[in-house]
Amino acid sequence: MGVTMEQILLTPEAGEGRSEKSPTKPAVAVAAKLRVIDLSFYYGKAQALHGVSLDIAANRITALIGPSGCGKSTFLRSLNRMYETVRHARVEGQILLDNENTLDMDVSQLRRRVGMVFQKSNPFPKSIFDNVAYGLRVNGWKSEGTLQDAVERSLIRAALWDEVKDKLHKSAYALSGGQQQRLCIARALAVDPEVLLLDEPCSALDPIATAKIEELLFDLEQECTIVIVTHNMQQAARVADFTGFFLLGKLIEFNDTAIIFKTPAKKETEDYITGRFG
Amino acid sequence: MNYRSVWRKSVNAVMFSLTGICALAAVSVLFFILGYLVWHGGRAINWDFFTKLPKPVGETGGGMANAIVGSAKLLLLASLVGVPVGFMGGVYLAEFGGKTFSFLVRYTTDLLNGVPSIVMGIFAYTMIVLPLKHFSTLAGGLALGVMMIPIAVRSTEEFLRAVPQSLREGALALGASKWKAIATVVIPAAFRGILTGIVLDLARVAGETAPLLFTSFNNRFWSPGWNQPTASLPVMIFTYAIAPYDDWHRQAWAAGLVLLGLVLLANITARVVLGRKLSSAAG
Repeated sequence: MGVTMEQILLTPEAGEGRSEKSPTKPAVAVAAKLRVIDLSFYYGKAQALHGVSLDIAANRITALIGPSGCGKSTFLRSLNRMYETVRHARVEGQILLDNENTLDMDVSQLRRRVGMVFQKSNPFPKSIFDNVAYGLRVNGWKSEGTLQDAVERSLIRAALWDEVKDKLHKSAYALSGGQQQRLCIARALAVDPEVLLLDEPCSALDPIATAKIEELLFDLEQECTIVIVTHNMQQAARVADFTGFFLLGKLIEFNDTAIIFKTPAKKETEDYITGRFG
Repeated sequence: MNYRSVWRKSVNAVMFSLTGICALAAVSVLFFILGYLVWHGGRAINWDFFTKLPKPVGETGGGMANAIVGSAKLLLLASLVGVPVGFMGGVYLAEFGGKTFSFLVRYTTDLLNGVPSIVMGIFAYTMIVLPLKHFSTLAGGLALGVMMIPIAVRSTEEFLRAVPQSLREGALALGASKWKAIATVVIPAAFRGILTGIVLDLARVAGETAPLLFTSFNNRFWSPGWNQPTASLPVMIFTYAIAPYDDWHRQAWAAGLVLLGLVLLANITARVVLGRKLSSAAG
């Protein structure tokens, strides 16, 4: 509808003064952390993904965009096998994490390596400390001293330490929405995941909290591979190195973010990005 | 004002008064019972009631110390039977259950909840009293424990279901196994609710009389151990109320007041103390 791609890219919704990520990093030279090969997904008889193949670059941010119900969240949840909580859900195809088939791995082991942050922040009804320490404790960390260090380090990485260091033993519910989401990121980071999946992590947050989380993603990119599902195209343009566009369970187009937003190859991508449907 | 609007207004007024009177009747029954009990029981209650054994027939005075201890022992046994089974069953239904078997369990617990309490008494009588050839605390405790199961199962299930799915997913996403997630996140999140349900369940069976009549029976003396007939407050009330002695009637009122006081105390503790913490934890 009359909105040009330039306008979308230049609209600063959050992160005042920051334009879209400049495509300085070469796309081809990056090794793939995750290789998804011909992935199909079924909820019972309904097929949600149709033969999706996609390489996710190590230490880069990959964004997945598309209208509601297009399968991008389903795709994300297949990367750490979260779909297994849903009855009658099954996948076909292969997902390789460092060339190891995730579908053959022990699921706890996989989820330790591939962490996840959800759309709605979901801190446990425990103290801030116990929230961050949770993943370490279920993975068998016992010593309180090393736990303390790990919790502090994770909170620093999630840019939350300064705000909570004096109230680590207060309930996590005392925090604001944005802080709760960063707490969930800290909780996911505590087990040192190699990949971090984020399912619309900012959809319930205000622009300031959103900007903080985006800032955080840039820092985390050094140490882990990030996949983010977002409804917010400006966000994808701002943070992602690569962007995939999903429509009706198919991966329509996948490329450098700049190319997706400026010169998409497919008509559907262009229509979605310029707001002609979706 | 025309005829129709007068008619409508009077129908309105009649229905308002009718429903209001019925609501008032519902409330006043409780207050009537409470007042009557406090009036009669309050005059009969004294320190001896809590510390002395019943006096032989014909002598006035004495107390029901043995019945108070007996009721406590019966409820302890009932909890040992009803709480683990009810709690674990509720966890199964909320967290693990498949469709068909869960339906079966739910339906059966609902039926069990509807089984008349005297039938529970016959069950315990057949299972324990007949083989052992005498009445016992054990048999009474079992009867009350079985009666606790259905409500413990369903209330545990309800409180666990109220825990948001996102908490389970959060724990699983960190590499926790399903049982670990349930034990360390889901159950703690629902714990106060589950405890409230169990306290209310216990308060409910505390007043049951019929299943005790031919299981724990009655006893005018102390009942050491678990293997002998024991006095209990509900059965004492029943026995004393139908006896022809005025002094026994007074003591029956006192026992009623004590029993009701304990049940009300449990109810209020559960709803106010546990309930308040429940809402603050959720907010």
